Amino acid sequence: MASSLESRLETEALTDNLHQVLSFLEQQLDNTACSMKVRMQITMAAEEIFVNIAHYAYGAEVGKAVVISELSDTSHTMTITFIDSGTPYDPLEKEDPDVTLSAEERKTGGLGIFLTKKFMDNVEYSYEDGKNIFKMQKKLF
Amino acid sequence: MIINKKKNGTELTMSIEGRLDTSTAPELETAVKSEIEGVTSLIFDVEKLAYISSAGLRVLLSSQKIMSKQGEMKVINVSDTIMEIFDITGFTDILTIE
Repeated sequence: MASSLESRLETEALTDNLHQVLSFLEQQLDNTACSMKVRMQITMAAEEIFVNIAHYAYGAEVGKAVVISELSDTSHTMTITFIDSGTPYDPLEKEDPDVTLSAEERKTGGLGIFLTKKFMDNVEYSYEDGKNIFKMQKKLF
Repeated sequence: MIINKKKNGTELTMSIEGRLDTSTAPELETAVKSEIEGVTSLIFDVEKLAYISSAGLRVLLSSQKIMSKQGEMKVINVSDTIMEIFDITGFTDILTIE
């Protein structure tokens, strides 16, 4: 029988709450047999997405971010969904940085979403009913 | 995150322990900026670094940019997981890793 475990966290979209979000996801990962490497990749991707929301979604205002974690026993995947009601913004539209440039030529930004795309098996963005919905999925083992 | 600094003449070693993320990266950036004057060899020892996010990568890159002008920079004791992040981002080509 297919089964999945879903957990939800609602918090203010502030970088100060980053550790709360990461601890929440790490608690979910504690229930799985995933490797340290996969754990770090998921945490890293989640940090990039949450920090993006905290920095850009609500401008100078403070708004909410919802994080939903879903663990599937059958497919051994974790799906994390981030929802905010801020300015419509698709992080996937951001152009990938040129990772072949030298240190001097490199710009310091843009690596976060690039790593998220590399580390997760599937990422998707949609804007529905005034909400940014970013969903990312990774096979745990 | 804990930063242990060791200065030997113009060589500065910074050992980073714990998590280098959005919340802690500014602290490392400040530490680098306040110590880097006159340094010709900057070494980041990441043996006890458990986690790095893009904010941490940005500090390594900005430090490399400074050190390219005034000396050299090395990153030592890199774990496999962090090495993979360096590989994907092309940091293996721009950093000196030992």
